[in-house]
Amino acid sequence: MTRYILKRMLEFIPVLFVIITMTFFLVRLAPGGPFDADKRISIEAQKRIEAHYKLDQPLYKQYIDYLKGAAKGDLGPSFKKSSRSVREWILLRLPVSLELGFYALLIALVLGMGAGVLAALRPNSKLDHGPMALAMVGICVPNFVLGPLLVLIFASWLGWLPVAGWRTPLDKILPSFTLGAVYAAYIARLTRAGMLEILAQDFIRTARAKGLSEVRIVLRHALRGGIQPVVAFLGPAIAGMLTGSFVVETVFQVPGLGREFVESAFNRDYTMVIGTVLVYAVLVMVLNLVADIANAWIDPRIRNQ
Amino acid sequence: MNTGANDIAEKGTSLWRDAWRRLRKNRLSVMGAIILICVIIIAVAGPWFCRYTYDEQDLLLGAAPPSTAHWLGTDPLGRDLLTRLLYGGRVSLLVGICATSVSLLIGVLYGALAGFIGGRLDSFMMRIVDILYALPFTIFVIILMVFFGRNFIFLFLAIGAVEWLTMARIVRGQVMSLREKEFIEAAYVMGLSRTRILLFHLVPNTLGPIIVYATLTIPQVMLLEAFLSFLGLGVQPPMSSWGLLIKEGVETMEEFPWLLIAPSIVLSLTLFSLNFLGDGLRDALDPRVSQD
Repeated sequence: MTRYILKRMLEFIPVLFVIITMTFFLVRLAPGGPFDADKRISIEAQKRIEAHYKLDQPLYKQYIDYLKGAAKGDLGPSFKKSSRSVREWILLRLPVSLELGFYALLIALVLGMGAGVLAALRPNSKLDHGPMALAMVGICVPNFVLGPLLVLIFASWLGWLPVAGWRTPLDKILPSFTLGAVYAAYIARLTRAGMLEILAQDFIRTARAKGLSEVRIVLRHALRGGIQPVVAFLGPAIAGMLTGSFVVETVFQVPGLGREFVESAFNRDYTMVIGTVLVYAVLVMVLNLVADIANAWIDPRIRNQ
Repeated sequence: MNTGANDIAEKGTSLWRDAWRRLRKNRLSVMGAIILICVIIIAVAGPWFCRYTYDEQDLLLGAAPPSTAHWLGTDPLGRDLLTRLLYGGRVSLLVGICATSVSLLIGVLYGALAGFIGGRLDSFMMRIVDILYALPFTIFVIILMVFFGRNFIFLFLAIGAVEWLTMARIVRGQVMSLREKEFIEAAYVMGLSRTRILLFHLVPNTLGPIIVYATLTIPQVMLLEAFLSFLGLGVQPPMSSWGLLIKEGVETMEEFPWLLIAPSIVLSLTLFSLNFLGDGLRDALDPRVSQD
């Protein structure tokens, strides 16, 4: 197992290298620069700024310098928000996004698995059809529709929750739910299908014959096998949440990394874009690895491969 | 599944007729198909019957709630929402179909080639797909759209280039299992060229899964287009698309909620129908794979 993890982590290095290279040249080869829009400054001043950020040097040299810096953890200065370095901005914004993602995942797992298990216990009843229809709605309503609609209903019309922000616990309810809803829906469907398959098997009948309570059968015997598809889904779900965070953080004005990325892309803040992409790539790869390990841990068949 | 004993008695039923029969029994899929056909017809033909154009402004009127003159109301510039919704439908559906075609073309050719040649090239090609899978791809689409202009053609290419990975995997798996079948051996014996065998004998036999997956890719692509337009990176005003209308609706939703609600319902309903149809087609064309 340790060897497997080490092997996977070694694979990170070439992938990260490819990502940095792709992003670097993609943003640099594009027309336009971070200081073009500023018409107030003279051409000489613009030249001086570009020299200050070493933008006047040949591209390959900038690239090598960036790689050298990145290897040491230095992601350069931010071009547009020069009060902090890219590294400091990321350290400031990332925890917010991680917190939001954590709540969203929690909501998705609790709601999704709860609904899935209940539906599987009473298949084809109201308890099954109701939540499953809701899940289908959840899958089809995109988060940039769901978020504003929730704001409209719960903030503007009912006045129960704040419209936007990220300070008090009340602020965090709508963004977390908006981000988690789609995954709650998928997880509910996966849990239901997984549980139905397990509950039909012989060892469950044996457990019933032994006279175990229904609660014990579900929690101790069926759930472990039944949630396998859910665990396998976690990797893609986490990657999807990153994308979702762009929308959710923009809609709810959450000061996280997702909004920072979108803003810096619009501002052509080169170093900020490359830095955030780098962080996202590491995040996706690490979380995918964690999801794979969880998968192997829960399913011995995968472990032996 | 509905495959019972009578299937064995019914000799000579083609795969397609069989699939059609199964699909018709799936009520949700039929409903999805009907809604979808309606949406397509209305979006394609609707603009011809409109009294307004998608960029015709009426600044004196401004944002007005639904009325007999403007069935779905108007936006702050006095543009008729129904008209914009219909034109936006054309754009959104066009993006869905074109970008899916791009991803189909790349994915099928890539996957079929990898599966057909096999060996080291295959494992190399699939390794690339694995690595690309791990990348946060939407980020690259965003970067592409920001830095290289918000061109319409570019939108198709960027989205299509992202969505081909799963298609490549599916087609490769199919081709690998079909490659060993007797009819391919027979084709070799008949002296057909490898290209011919690949394009005319292997690929057509993977059509079932391709159709199913294409149906499921269209909603994903439409979602991505709406997502990009929502961020201001996709279709640009005064043109219209459902994602763009939702973005404009969000900006003024507190004063003029109807501007958000109508496009939201239309987009969600269309995605809903496509997903149901895709699920139904999957069950109909490949009964071995059950749902989920």
